Amino acid sequence: MTEKIGVYVCHCGTNIAGMVDVEGVAKWAAERLAHRGVVIARDYKFMCSSLGQELIEKDIQELGLTRVVVAACSPHLHEQTFRTACARAGLNPYLCELVSIREQVSWVHTDKAAATAKAKAVLSGGVERVTHHAPLEPLRVPIHPATLVVGGGIAGIQAALEIADSGTRVYLVEREPSIGGHMAQFDKTFPTLDCSACILTPKMVSVGNHPNITLMTYAEVTKVDGFVGNFEVTVTQKPRYVKVDLCTGCGVCEEKCPKKVVDDIFEVGLGKRKVIYRPFAQAVPKYPVLDRENCTYFIKGTCKACEKFCPTDAIDFEQKEEIITLKVGNIILATGFDLFNAHRIPQYGLGRLPNVFTSLEFERLCNAAGPTNGNVVMRDGTTVPKSVGIIHCVGSRDENYHAYCSSICCMQSLKFAHLVRERTGAEVYNFYIDMRAPGKGYEEFYHRLLEEGVHFVRGKVAEVSAFARLPGEEGHLIVQVEDTLIGKQRRIPLDMVVLSAGLEPRHDAKQVAKVFGISCSADGWYIEKHPKLDPVATMTEGIYIAGAVQGPKDIPASVAQGAAAAARVMGRIQQKEIALEPVRASIDETRCSGCRICNALCPFNAILYHADTAVSEVNPALCQGCGTCVAACPAGAISGTGFSDEQVLSQMEGLLLRNLQPVEV
Amino acid sequence: MTANGKPKFAMYWAAACGGCEIAVLNIHEKILDVDANFDVVFWPVAMDAKYKDVEAMPDQSITLCLFNGAIRNSENRHIAELLRRKSKILVAFGSCACEGGFPALSNLTTREETLRTAFSTVSTDNPQNLRPQPNYTVPEGELDIPHMYSVVRPLDQAVPVDYYMPGCPPESEQIAAVVELVIKALKGEATLPAAGSVIGAGHSTVCDECTRTRNEKKITGFTRIQDFRPDPALCLLEQGILCNGPATRNGCTARCPMAGVPCVGCYGPTDGARDFGGRLMSAVASVIDSTDPQEIERILDQIPDPVGSFYHTNLAGSLLQASKPTWEEDQHAAHHD
Ligand SMILES: Cc1cc2nc3c(=O)[nH]c(=O)nc-3n(C[C@H](O)[C@H](O)[C@H](O)COP(=O)(O)OP(=O)(O)OC[C@H]3O[C@@H](n4cnc5c(N)ncnc54)[C@H](O)[C@@H]3O)c2cc1C
Ligand code: SF4
Ligand code: SF4
Ligand code: SF4
Ligand code: SF4
Repeated sequence: MTEKIGVYVCHCGTNIAGMVDVEGVAKWAAERLAHRGVVIARDYKFMCSSLGQELIEKDIQELGLTRVVVAACSPHLHEQTFRTACARAGLNPYLCELVSIREQVSWVHTDKAAATAKAKAVLSGGVERVTHHAPLEPLRVPIHPATLVVGGGIAGIQAALEIADSGTRVYLVEREPSIGGHMAQFDKTFPTLDCSACILTPKMVSVGNHPNITLMTYAEVTKVDGFVGNFEVTVTQKPRYVKVDLCTGCGVCEEKCPKKVVDDIFEVGLGKRKVIYRPFAQAVPKYPVLDRENCTYFIKGTCKACEKFCPTDAIDFEQKEEIITLKVGNIILATGFDLFNAHRIPQYGLGRLPNVFTSLEFERLCNAAGPTNGNVVMRDGTTVPKSVGIIHCVGSRDENYHAYCSSICCMQSLKFAHLVRERTGAEVYNFYIDMRAPGKGYEEFYHRLLEEGVHFVRGKVAEVSAFARLPGEEGHLIVQVEDTLIGKQRRIPLDMVVLSAGLEPRHDAKQVAKVFGISCSADGWYIEKHPKLDPVATMTEGIYIAGAVQGPKDIPASVAQGAAAAARVMGRIQQKEIALEPVRASIDETRCSGCRICNALCPFNAILYHADTAVSEVNPALCQGCGTCVAACPAGAISGTGFSDEQVLSQMEGLLLRNLQPVEV
Repeated sequence: MTANGKPKFAMYWAAACGGCEIAVLNIHEKILDVDANFDVVFWPVAMDAKYKDVEAMPDQSITLCLFNGAIRNSENRHIAELLRRKSKILVAFGSCACEGGFPALSNLTTREETLRTAFSTVSTDNPQNLRPQPNYTVPEGELDIPHMYSVVRPLDQAVPVDYYMPGCPPESEQIAAVVELVIKALKGEATLPAAGSVIGAGHSTVCDECTRTRNEKKITGFTRIQDFRPDPALCLLEQGILCNGPATRNGCTARCPMAGVPCVGCYGPTDGARDFGGRLMSAVASVIDSTDPQEIERILDQIPDPVGSFYHTNLAGSLLQASKPTWEEDQHAAHHD
């Protein structure tokens, strides 16, 4: 054994020492692992403190340690700390191994003797493993200064503006004809009730006019190659059939187009739009798009009214889909959410009972620019309801649909209650399970509503029906609910019911995640690098998330995340280059047979197949060291730096305590 | 060296089918080189020899010993130890000696069950249900037959081995090449590879030598060659036939897959792999083209005889080795049948 290993066992106050005999573990390592190279084993109250780190540094210098094992918390937390300490003392940082005796031992056990025995085993595994570590150097790659933002909702808009203002190029790619996202559909926003368009459109206009923003709407990202700092992105631009360099946005085409169709997207089926259209008046960009599917000219071969009337000859029926490639250094995904499809809860009657509305439909009803000019009316388009029920938590907090809380529905339901009272004076019933008002000004908003005479019924609605049983129910929707505050079943007759449907991941969230090489939770929300400490980064270097794509959230939180992601990206751009963890997979080409088993497996598209030589290769800058291919290669041709078979198997030998110095009896 | 100055050669057949012996004879005229360059002192299948003759030889006096077959019984072990003592270069020859071979699939069951299968099947004519007895007294005296151990072991679990030469059996060209190399090395014209190496094989896998076209792998189901007509030019695995080629050390010129028969993996794992079947299973599982757990289950259920497919010739040498009694325990148990 030629290595000189230093072992450091941390007490972490009582976090570890309360359950593990740390002094005993250190003493044991000094005795029983001496023949495996352990020359010093210490225990210390807080290894991560400066004094703790100095202990290691001093030993490296004075005892000439060639390897360091710290038994403390999870590598997630302090691996960097101890690696840096080693580097300061002149030891390659990758010759340090952190074994977790807190998260994996003291915190999860209740028997001190057994926990101590396990701590010894884990430590022994670390000692065996560290022997096989090799000194590594981080990979340095330059950062391209341009950024791609995907999704032009409020989160994406905020991110794009922050970065563009700092002076670097932003490509903003939006799938719909206009940016704005869900916020553009709302009338008022809780809790301040300021007009949604009034606060959103100035930002949209700034995006449209910003010299550093290249706005690409009606477009989608179809492919992402490359890696942090050096992404190559393929954008597919759908044909608008309008030449944007000629179009002035006058709207004549839209006015003259003779055909109207139901607008299922922006107006959620409540209103109509022309075939050549802008989804709403303040759309950015101002250029319309022509919906080929419904266009009379494309169907019948005649019409071209838009072309005839367009003063600048901007209509172009020959336009084709365009493929554009962009080079960017970082990517922010802000593709938002979809509304839970309340048809999935048939007992609430959506689609069957005309006067049951979804929350987004209700937003459009309230909106002055909406299909009813802001009049809250029933499905017939004229009758003003005298009583309205608003059901919270539709599809949320329910094992059958989504177990999570959609976080905005309570507040949005209160907003609706206020708007109904304000616009119609109708009686309003809010059916809630728990009132969740944790944001700034939210609880106050709730109290304001209590004073506005809204009825609050605490209970989960069982059913919405049209079967009258009792006097006064005839011609009404009947909400059947257990009022848990009075412990009684109630049947409440109402004119109109609004379902506050929850937020759910975009229907195509998983496919989009695959294009960008990031991971989703089982629900489909994109996963952040750390739920508390790194909420806008992902496990894929250079790809950030912001807004509702990460999980249900309100506008302030979406804006904050947009700005946070922008700050992270700007930091990266400032650094000009980035050091990448050298934990990477590599393929030994003499062993690779080109069987192609590994080819499609890499979640980061890091594996390249060379048809000419029939071998596969890992691009080290793309590889994130996940180990998928390492496990899959049947030839054992791929090894992961830091995770070689030798390292893993020797760690197992250590864990099984097969390496111990026999005790003399 | 013997009186005639030639180095000594030995070959032995332990628990194996005999194919390895045939493969050596199948090296055609090269067999004459063996005779020209070596003094064959022990090769039960080819010449008459007694164990006591070997016992009488000085230690380390045999230069090259090719040992084929696994260690199934006490005789195998005894001769393995004897030949180890007497030989300079001991080669684990063929899959059974290297990794237990397919006889080691019996490690999946008990010794008792194996004996029952062998002596009491429908096709066995054994009305009195006789079993071989370790000891038997006849008028001439006491007879001993070897004890059958409870598990099959590869040669290196019995004695240290210098080289491994895989294959079921090893290809004749590879044998000829190895013989030639040893002859050259003896003359000082070549150097032998490092002790413990695999000889007579390559460092990549069978796919490397297979000329079938390969694409990114996506498997939607498993089938067998008798059930359809495979595309003659396309990788078998991509057609749903469990071909072990991707995990198997090359050296056989991909004879089986090229002839339309899936590779069974007889050349064993590569230098980079510790466990053949484990590697292969994780590879195959990785390319199942579905994310639906039930669908995946359904596809995997189509694999016929999973252990027999993934560990056809490697079970005893795998990380999954059967939990083994010590030799003493095993010997003892055999006596108490
Ligand atoms: C009925 C209702 C009322 C609400 N009221 C309020 C309120 O009053 N106050 C409040 O604070 N919050 C409210 N919210 C919450 C608010 O809607 C969200 O916080 C906010 O919209 C999140 O913004 P975002 O940018 O993350 O997502 P989104 O608004 O969903 O925007 C995402 C954008 O990305 C685009 N996109 C999606 N996929 C792709 C793709 N693959 N490629 C390119 N572009 C893509 C979409 O077209 C969209 O423009 C309400 C929500 C609902 C459902
Ligand atoms: S050609 Fe199509 S888009 Fe233009 S006016 Fe006619 S229907 Fe409308
Ligand atoms: S370890 Fe393999 S699968 Fe994982 S990122 Fe690297 S190349 Fe891709
Ligand atoms: S799985 Fe292994 S042998 Fe097959 S192509 Fe990939 S690296 Fe090469
Ligand atoms: S047929 Fe078998 S040996 Fe040939 S390429 Fe396919 S998997 Fe490899």
